[in-house]
Amino acid sequence: MEKQDLLADYRTMVLIRSFEEHCQQQYTRARIGGFLHLYVGQEAVAVGAIGALKAQDHLVTHYRDHGHALARGLEPKPLMAELFGRSTGTGKGKGGSMHFADKNKNFWGGYAIVGAHLLLAMGIAYSIKYKREVLGEADQDGVVMCFFGDGATNGGEFYEAVSMAALYKLPIVFLCENNEFAMGTPLSVHTSVTEIHKKASPFMPGERVNGNDVEEMRARALHAVNHARTEGPYFLEAMTYRLRGHSAADPQMYRTRDDINARRSGDPIALLKQKLIDQNLLTEKQAKQIDKEVEKEMDAVVQFAEESPAPDLSEAWTEIYSKPL
Amino acid sequence: MPVITYSEALRQALREAMTNDPRVFIIGEDVVHYDSAYGVTKGFLKEFGPERIKDMPIAEAGYAGLGIGAAMNGLRPVVEMMTTNFAILALDMIINHAAKLHYMFGGQFTCPIVFRMPNGYGQLSATHSQAFDNYYAYMPGLKVVVPGTPYDAKGLMKAAIEDPDPVIFIEHTGIYNIKGEVPEESYTVPIGKSNLLRDGKDVTIVGYGRMIPYCQQAVETLASEGIDAALVDLRTIRPLDMEPVLESFRKTNRAVIATEEWTSVGVGSEIAARLYTEGFDHLDAPIWRVGFDEVPMPYAKNLEAHVVPNADSVIQAVKNVLAGKTQKIRQQ
Repeated sequence: MEKQDLLADYRTMVLIRSFEEHCQQQYTRARIGGFLHLYVGQEAVAVGAIGALKAQDHLVTHYRDHGHALARGLEPKPLMAELFGRSTGTGKGKGGSMHFADKNKNFWGGYAIVGAHLLLAMGIAYSIKYKREVLGEADQDGVVMCFFGDGATNGGEFYEAVSMAALYKLPIVFLCENNEFAMGTPLSVHTSVTEIHKKASPFMPGERVNGNDVEEMRARALHAVNHARTEGPYFLEAMTYRLRGHSAADPQMYRTRDDINARRSGDPIALLKQKLIDQNLLTEKQAKQIDKEVEKEMDAVVQFAEESPAPDLSEAWTEIYSKPL
Repeated sequence: MPVITYSEALRQALREAMTNDPRVFIIGEDVVHYDSAYGVTKGFLKEFGPERIKDMPIAEAGYAGLGIGAAMNGLRPVVEMMTTNFAILALDMIINHAAKLHYMFGGQFTCPIVFRMPNGYGQLSATHSQAFDNYYAYMPGLKVVVPGTPYDAKGLMKAAIEDPDPVIFIEHTGIYNIKGEVPEESYTVPIGKSNLLRDGKDVTIVGYGRMIPYCQQAVETLASEGIDAALVDLRTIRPLDMEPVLESFRKTNRAVIATEEWTSVGVGSEIAARLYTEGFDHLDAPIWRVGFDEVPMPYAKNLEAHVVPNADSVIQAVKNVLAGKTQKIRQQ
């Protein structure tokens, strides 16, 4: 990997972390409502894996979607505005935290019913193949990358999705972010096969990767995406750890502060920073400079959201149907 | 004008859409190798090839999701759920996804998809003899069509496939073989328009789907007895077009609602509520509703026949309304 890529990845990871910390602050100030699921600790998965996608590729994800949106290059301002419930948000204030999307970036959105979106992702992959083979659109060579958590791999939709993706040899990468908890239920309590990639092994090749190492994540995602583009579905299980609660309002009764502190050594941003310093690609001073720049950007992001107007009340009645009745 | 079956009318619409638009494809259980459970798409494999019509695994959520994803990305899937009983396995896909996508992402995505599903019964007992029309009609974001004649079956199917939003298309195994006049040429019946099938001055009968042929029989019998009943076919139950119903009701001041569903909390409940809220000044007698008796569907032939509505149930309800009787809905 080129130097520039790793530094850029570092910066994106810092941006995601900072975005999430600002979300937490704004949530505490009651400027953000509803559920707020922070991506703190998992940044390397999104940045590494999404970095392996091309512009024509597609992304479908779960409700913990802030990191994926930022990694795909969505602007932070309309994302924060969406969280504030403002008309300048990605969903015009109708979707909120769990439903970021940008059609122009083939970012098909965050979905909030656990496991269900795997089937939509499979359907998008099916349509790509249909467009190529039936409609004769030769330039349809996109791959769908679908993110979900370990908690999404016990329900029927998971098995329907991997089985049908294999049956139709679809261009799709299933990417499980194994953060060891289904909301507050530990992996060993919620599933019989804790090596999640093995659940998909009868259907497609796959592997477990270190999701806290952005370099490894990128390399294996590239392999997975290439496989999906040329052969068919591929499964990645990215091992990671959520350093914040399931949502911003989670008292975290299922683990202790010591449990969390013990896992801070795996913090993907700290790991990458140390790696870059060790390789003389980054200095402490430069790292501080990046933090400062990102912090400044985030101030502008929050200000944009604050100053954006709330949706007009008439907006409640638009876009129920794409063609008004 | 040619006289054809409801089933053939659907087939004509599907064939026309498939021929005119290569983005249209059919997926469902047993639509190919079994050659279609109820014969609607019989022979399509030969005509359109294996990519345009595809057998799906018995995984209703799975292939509903496949269709929704494909629709989001610009295709026009027609998803055959075999029966409404099985379609409830895909309720999350339909309700939490197809119905919500456009709204919750601020209009960025559309979901032009048709879910075909027949109601019906025939000694199939409790899990294979149900109606969930109200589940879908309840949901903003969906359109729900329920044709009761061959003409409407063809025209509404064409309209459903051309519609840019998700359409639930509810058929009925009991009327696939009814016949009616259907033009050979292309036409659509607009979604969201009720239809006055017969004008009358004594009572307004409101129905849709399978109940329409029963209501038509009932109206004829009543006419022979000197009772002049109007009949309004809703044709669509979301969006609901009450105007033709109210227009007739303002003349008759009496109504019978005939729907093949459990009566409580059904589509008929909504029609009754609308008649009260929008037509209160014109109400001269208690409204009666005709539907399933509120029991799980029994297997035995005599029991089944005892709990499902038919033309006689409609006739009896009309007579009760004209006699000013009140209706008590029995749940136990």
